[in-house]
Amino acid sequence: MTTTLDIETLRKSFPILHQKVNGYSLVYLDNAATTQKPQQVIDALSDYYRSYNANIHRGVHHLANIATTQYESVREKTRAFINASSEVEIIFTGGTTDSINLVAQTWGRQNLKQGDEILISMMEHHSNIVPWQMIAEEKGAIVKAIPVTENGEWDIESLNVLLTSKTKIVTVNHVSNSLGTINPIKNIIDKAHQLGAVVLIDGAQAVAHFPVDVQALDADFYAFSAHKLYGPTGTGVLYGKKSLLESMPPYRGGGEMIKTVTIEKTTYNELPYKFEAGTPNIEGVIGMGAAIDFVNSFDWSEIVEHEKELLELATEKISAIPGLRIFGTSKNKVGVISFQVEGVHPYDLGTLLDKQGVAVRTGHHCTEPLWNHYGIPGSVRASFSLYTTTEEIEIFIAALQKALQLLR
Amino acid sequence: MSIEEKQQEIIEEFNSFGDGPDKQSSWMEKYEYIIELGKDLPLIEEHYKLDENLIKGCQSKVWLHAEVDNHGKLQFTADSDAIITKGLVSMVVRVLTDEKPEDIASADLHFVKKIGLHEHLSPTRSNGLASMIKQMKMYGLVLSAK
Repeated sequence: MTTTLDIETLRKSFPILHQKVNGYSLVYLDNAATTQKPQQVIDALSDYYRSYNANIHRGVHHLANIATTQYESVREKTRAFINASSEVEIIFTGGTTDSINLVAQTWGRQNLKQGDEILISMMEHHSNIVPWQMIAEEKGAIVKAIPVTENGEWDIESLNVLLTSKTKIVTVNHVSNSLGTINPIKNIIDKAHQLGAVVLIDGAQAVAHFPVDVQALDADFYAFSAHKLYGPTGTGVLYGKKSLLESMPPYRGGGEMIKTVTIEKTTYNELPYKFEAGTPNIEGVIGMGAAIDFVNSFDWSEIVEHEKELLELATEKISAIPGLRIFGTSKNKVGVISFQVEGVHPYDLGTLLDKQGVAVRTGHHCTEPLWNHYGIPGSVRASFSLYTTTEEIEIFIAALQKALQLLR
Repeated sequence: MSIEEKQQEIIEEFNSFGDGPDKQSSWMEKYEYIIELGKDLPLIEEHYKLDENLIKGCQSKVWLHAEVDNHGKLQFTADSDAIITKGLVSMVVRVLTDEKPEDIASADLHFVKKIGLHEHLSPTRSNGLASMIKQMKMYGLVLSAK
């Protein structure tokens, strides 16, 4: 099936894509690191500062009312986007990393004890490893990891051993940033719940590529960032089930998160404000709202089909290059190709691709345990998005062949 | 040859590649040359490729070994696991090796910018090259203070 997306038209919404790099047309294939922003998002940011910049909540004046209304409307938009049951389950954070740290430092500090186990996977991003190691060290808890198979999937059999009544939280990614694998999270959520463990899903690499329904998944926590969803940096979301969020102590102290403050004692605000201390990233949240509107202007099936077509084309073309190995060959993947060419360092390939205007990422992609498992220092990663074209895939492959010609 | 003379020599070598209106071909000649430099030079003896000599960049690794010869000059050998980094490393070593510690400590490596490769010294590259230069200058500084 060929795509029904009108790529030419939608690319016009992304001013950054229309530029030359080193004399070549930019081919941006680093979308797993961050996506570019459509004009609608850029306009929303500038419109906020031009027309209604004010601190939100508690303001009695006109601008504060508009800013508050706009900001809070994004909460409802976000709720609908991931099908949460209530707006109060949507906490605005600084991004996925911030969301995970929030859960580790509140839920983790309250619930983890000596000998409890935290189950992650070998393909986690460092931001879903380190926060857990920090709280585990403090509490005497143990971090365990689901191994990864050669084709880049979880070794699901290992769950029989790893997931036990000692497991208090399972915290895994929905999609691997290094491999592109879409993990069977519904399966692990159900298994974890049977044993009384809660589950946090790192959805940073998922939300831009296919629809997410937190109720259907029955996820306890779901974290993602705006900037990988065509929105601004420094903004993200923590979804949490209401009952869990209510039971958790506050994270950071400050304005907005309080009900009353006396020198002796403070009572805390209700959800979601309990977790949103200080003046938030107002323009970031408003920009994220515009990004969700942008994504909502398409049918998910159009995005999914288009990215699938890109992945299939790129996989076919790149597989024909001698000595090249793709890491992550699961049938369930988003548009990410991580690869290594025998005898060629990823840094050299990345440098020579950049010289030809092609932006990819090289290195360990913040998943060092995964590459230790494969026994290599890292890979070259090309990652696609809804504005990537099949022509760009062809240019990328030709540029890669030229780079290899120079290096070999 | 002084540090400055060696830098001028490299700048002249790169001038021959030109930086004319056809950007697309000039980068290739330049990088072909750097890759050749990287391939040609087995820069460091295997037994010096120790962790204590390793400068770990996020993207590529660099090993640096330093010795003082009988004339009080610093002799550097170095290596990298990435070929482009290795080519760049070989140029920096060529400029700074066999020089007096005080000259190394005060050297201004302007040639990197003049040949259009300063992007390789930016922190986002994290290829170990900038840290290697810092380390070489540190050797120069410590030895000249003695």
